[in-house]
Amino acid sequence: MTAPSPVHQRPMLEINRLEKRFGDTEVLKSIDLRVQPGELVFVIGPSGSGKSTMLRCCNRLEEPSAGTILLDGEHVTDCRGAALDRMRLKIGMVFQGFHLYPHKSVLDNVMLAQLRALKRPKAEAKARAMEMLSHVGLAHKADAMPSELSGGQQQRVAIARALALDPKVMLFDEPTSALDPELVGSVLKVMRQLRDEGMTMLVVSHEMGFAREAADRVVFMDGGVVVEAGPPEAIFGNPQSDRLKSFLARVSKAEE
Amino acid sequence: MRFLETFFNGAVMAKYLPDLLSAIVTTLWLSAVILVLGLSLGLALACLRSLGRWYLTLPIVAFADIGRALPPLVVILIFYFGLPGLGISLSGPAVLILVLSGVLAAFAEEIFWAGLTAVPKGQWEAGRATGLSFARTLFEIALPQAIRLGIPPLVNRALAITKMTALGSVIGVKEILSVSSSAQSFSGSATPLTMAALAYLAIFLPAVLLSRLLERRYSWAV
Ligand SMILES: Nc1ncnc2c1ncn2[C@@H]1O[C@H](COP(=O)(O)OP(=O)(O)O)[C@@H](O)[C@H]1O
Ligand SMILES: [Mg+2]
Repeated sequence: MTAPSPVHQRPMLEINRLEKRFGDTEVLKSIDLRVQPGELVFVIGPSGSGKSTMLRCCNRLEEPSAGTILLDGEHVTDCRGAALDRMRLKIGMVFQGFHLYPHKSVLDNVMLAQLRALKRPKAEAKARAMEMLSHVGLAHKADAMPSELSGGQQQRVAIARALALDPKVMLFDEPTSALDPELVGSVLKVMRQLRDEGMTMLVVSHEMGFAREAADRVVFMDGGVVVEAGPPEAIFGNPQSDRLKSFLARVSKAEE
Repeated sequence: MRFLETFFNGAVMAKYLPDLLSAIVTTLWLSAVILVLGLSLGLALACLRSLGRWYLTLPIVAFADIGRALPPLVVILIFYFGLPGLGISLSGPAVLILVLSGVLAAFAEEIFWAGLTAVPKGQWEAGRATGLSFARTLFEIALPQAIRLGIPPLVNRALAITKMTALGSVIGVKEILSVSSSAQSFSGSATPLTMAALAYLAIFLPAVLLSRLLERRYSWAV
């Protein structure tokens, strides 16, 4: 894939001067971030730096205190009610804790929003669900209940559930942090494949190895601001700020 | 012999069987109406409460707390003997249905609500993030899980309250207990009461067994 050219393209996801306060605590302090179509932007940073909050503001699971979010040029921050629900169809989200519906089969998990939010006819929704499940390597688990799957399989179903709605962008909030180490690879493989197919992705994760090989850009957040951003080689190979240097030192120490 | 004659007197049984059968029918339909009304009202109230508006929550909580605190018999007597003073007179069955379905609704609301609050926040977020509306997320994702959690306490409560149809005997409702206790005083035999006990068993034992099936059907490993 060729590198996206920011000059000529409209960003797929645009975060402008995003601020978020919880009561008196300022969690996000004027975040600016653009994700180009087909780009994989990786967000790293210490725990509590506001990474999840930023992602959750993008689909308004969290209400921004100030700033705007645009998806493919359309305002996400202006949407209300049913318009917001329609907007969310275009923004896939994958959570650390999977959040599959325990009372529904794998197939029904992937079909539910297709039927009830996208209003796809049943046969079409089912076909699409099966297609997405095979995409993540789990077509044979369509009739299983989520509790019968490993964590890695559950997360791949969660990815299929989001993908089945044909989103324009996928948000990942620490998708592998809750997984046993031996299951991480299967999820990263699916994400890698998505990237290669040209999906626009904003990924919060601690998988530095994956960031090095798959990210187009890495953003380092600390204390509610973007401290540094750049290609993975620059961020990991030539960090500028002291905060990033000490963060990377801590992370590599933890990985040893 | 004495025992059989006291509790299982054949002649008395034959005499009062028709009355008792029609009393069983009365108890059955009263119970059915109370169950349907009480459970659906309780469910509706829990759903309204989930909207998180204080002007809904406040009266719902008040209703649930008062409904659970008052002894049903007291309310039945007030409604039956007190309301006519206000120019509202309701029949015995109407009072019984009104009060008992109200009491069941109070308990059911609390049970459904407890179930709803036990559904992890992530379930709501997964639903809303995939474009489902609040109502869709409530009905398709949160409620099925809340109902599953609520089934064991709900079944117990529903059984306890439908058994209270026996309170109808104090306001002249011709249900099982009132028919059999008046038969007992007319005949001077305890046999009608034995018949009543058997009738209650015949109704509620299958209900208990059915509830076990229901609990199994609604359980899934988490
Ligand atoms: N709902 C909330 N209410 C209050 N504070 C919150 C809430 N969500 C997050 N925070 C706070 O915001 C800060 C950033 O949290 P988060 O975005 O989860 O960070 P990260 O994902 O980078 O670990 C933390 O200090 C956290 O305690
Ligand atoms: Mg987080």
